[in-house]
Amino acid sequence: MSVAESESVAEIKARNKELIQEVLKVYPEKTAKRRAKHLNVHEAGKSDCGVKSNIKSIPGVMTIRGCAYAGSKGVVWGPIKDMIHISHGPVGCGQYSWASRRNYYIGTTGIDTFVTMQFTSDFQEKDIVFGGDKKLAKIMDEIQDLFPLNNGITVQSECPIGLIGDDIEAVSKAKAKEFGGKTIVPVRCEGFRGVSQSLGHHIANDAVRDYVFDKLDPNKPALFESTPYDVAIIGDYNIGGDAWSSRILLEEMGLRVIAQWSGDGSLAELENTPKAKLNVLHCYRSMNYISRHMEEKFGIPWCEYNFFGPSKIAESLRKIASFFDDHVKEGAERVIAKYQPLMDAVIAKYRPRLEGKKVMLYVGGLRPRHVIGAYEDLGMEVVGTGYEFAHNDDYQRTAQHYVKDGTLIYDDVTGYEFEKFVEKIQPDLVGSGIKEKYVFQKMGVPFRQMHSWDYSGPYHGYDGFAIFARDMDMAINAPVWKMAKAPWKNDDKSKLLAAE
Amino acid sequence: MSSLRQIAFYGKGGIGKSTTSQNTLAALAELGQKILIVGCDPKADSTRLILHAKAQDTILSLAAAAGSVEDLELEDVMKIGFRDIRCVESGGPEPGVGCAGRGVITSINFLEENGAYDDTDYVSYDVLGDVVCGGFAMPIRENKAQEIYIVMSGEMMAMYAANNISKGILKYANSGGVRLGGLVCNERQTDKELELAESLAAKLGTKLIYFVPRDNVVQHAELRRMTVVEYAPESQQAQHYRNLATRIHNNAGNGTIPTPITMDELEDLLMEHGIMQQVDEAIVGKTAAELAVG
Repeated sequence: MSVAESESVAEIKARNKELIQEVLKVYPEKTAKRRAKHLNVHEAGKSDCGVKSNIKSIPGVMTIRGCAYAGSKGVVWGPIKDMIHISHGPVGCGQYSWASRRNYYIGTTGIDTFVTMQFTSDFQEKDIVFGGDKKLAKIMDEIQDLFPLNNGITVQSECPIGLIGDDIEAVSKAKAKEFGGKTIVPVRCEGFRGVSQSLGHHIANDAVRDYVFDKLDPNKPALFESTPYDVAIIGDYNIGGDAWSSRILLEEMGLRVIAQWSGDGSLAELENTPKAKLNVLHCYRSMNYISRHMEEKFGIPWCEYNFFGPSKIAESLRKIASFFDDHVKEGAERVIAKYQPLMDAVIAKYRPRLEGKKVMLYVGGLRPRHVIGAYEDLGMEVVGTGYEFAHNDDYQRTAQHYVKDGTLIYDDVTGYEFEKFVEKIQPDLVGSGIKEKYVFQKMGVPFRQMHSWDYSGPYHGYDGFAIFARDMDMAINAPVWKMAKAPWKNDDKSKLLAAE
Repeated sequence: MSSLRQIAFYGKGGIGKSTTSQNTLAALAELGQKILIVGCDPKADSTRLILHAKAQDTILSLAAAAGSVEDLELEDVMKIGFRDIRCVESGGPEPGVGCAGRGVITSINFLEENGAYDDTDYVSYDVLGDVVCGGFAMPIRENKAQEIYIVMSGEMMAMYAANNISKGILKYANSGGVRLGGLVCNERQTDKELELAESLAAKLGTKLIYFVPRDNVVQHAELRRMTVVEYAPESQQAQHYRNLATRIHNNAGNGTIPTPITMDELEDLLMEHGIMQQVDEAIVGKTAAELAVG
């Protein structure tokens, strides 16, 4: 379907640059000037992708971003399974973040784990006028009564909490004392703070530092026996079981995973992490803050890794092993060798069906770059990518390790720009979120949700790659796309058209 | 309904807004006007002199007890005081908690939706001293008060506040049609007070509606939780309030869009009248000790 099949890199660059100018034309002058800074064509050898990022979205455009509350409740804190996370404020934010981002966990929901449940203070007019502190205290009492096996509580602030000046810190402190030193974490992640969910990640990281790490009693004897091989998985949210298919590889190579942050994670795991020998970091964007803090305060080194696709997995396993002794290094080689036949079989089956297919991505924290290797292992090519809430360090990593010369880059892309880009580039697959899915499917483009894995997964690790390859084949080669063309339009090159 | 006049009293905290407004409205009631007072101060003391008591059942306290404002009936919150003046207090949270501004919005919406303004000649809003947020500007928005009366005195800060309130009125004058009815000077016996008040009124593009002289009888009446008009109807002070009431009554439709002035202009005004000396720029920010050396 792609029309870009036979173009040279120079032609692609020229086409993409022209395309950027074309989408900018519809904007008022000031908007066009501001949006122009977020769109670019990657030049090989440059240290970043040449786009500005982490800047306020422009009013009037359809941005795909979330808010600070989404970053804290939805991403960082929500998956901690044995704590109860109160969506503090009016009911909507809690309602729409109910049931998690498919952060799988083990436990008995409602007894010792609570991830898919929703707790909200359901603010009414009177709570705004008179303040919600008393209600918050009452909710905590009720939580203690109804769910006595909870190991802690967090207060996830919605916008009004910051506007009316409620003192959630005082309530948390008083209740923590009353409940015999329970961990109660007030999180100031009001939605209006910052430009995207990114600040929410940072605030949530800081809350772990201030209310989990800083409250640890250094004189308390360790609850477990340390080994030289203890590592913590940081920034894996176990979507569709991602952290599990990652964890087994680390364990097979001889490491011991003492904590998962935060998919299928628990408060005890957070508390144990300062004893890790190495923090392995998957989602850099959402958890680099706490990793840096642990490096400074506890001297724990951290190492970024990528478990999408066999090439990156092998690279990452070796990188992680390099922090340890020969026993682990040999273990890494053993793991890579063990899974090689499985990977060969997956690639033998799917690569012929996917070879040369072009992909455009638009996702959140790490995936706009991390999944590129997995597509390339299947012979596919990522021709455009962008982040919702990246900072410049994400674009540096993207430019230096992932994207090819001439790739179209779009930061905080607007609904209009994304549709127009897809219409002109005519990719074989778009990977983005639920809000984008039906827009592109109606244009006749195969689509995969790359936040939730489209209710599939895991995609991390060797097991995940097999599922990833199957899902991409299923999306692209579904027979339905052959029927999407109107019979009277029988020109050879069917075109995807954006709805205007 | 078409003849309903909605007015509001604003002014610096402690200037005597509630006293002035209640006395004036009591006098208007004597003229046979049917009056509703809407207290928009969380302290809920805007109707104390009319009811002879601080209203205990404010809209917001009752709503909080009942669950929500939708659970209230008008009768629950409306109290009848001197000469059948109807009184409601919005109420609000304790100082330092919640959002009192949102409370004002909630209360006024409740009153309108429940027909509190039916069969009424005057609705008067009494708002707390500083218009600190959008909620306290509610009474001057579209379809609320048509005329604002600013209570002030010859003190610098009271005049400064009057000017600030004018800015607020100006903001809403173009979008909603609110007008500045005039200034009411509540005498503090400062130098050249009447002269200053008139000059300020002229600068703001309005007029001094009335100069209320200071009289201890106001204190005596307040101690008895009464208006002067009720406590000492034959007194000279009661007559002053009747005069003010008549002026306001005859002022319908004469409101203006204010022309607020800058802080510098305000200081110039004070200097013009010899209240403030020309300040030597060289001494600004110098301590007494530094000046002694210099």
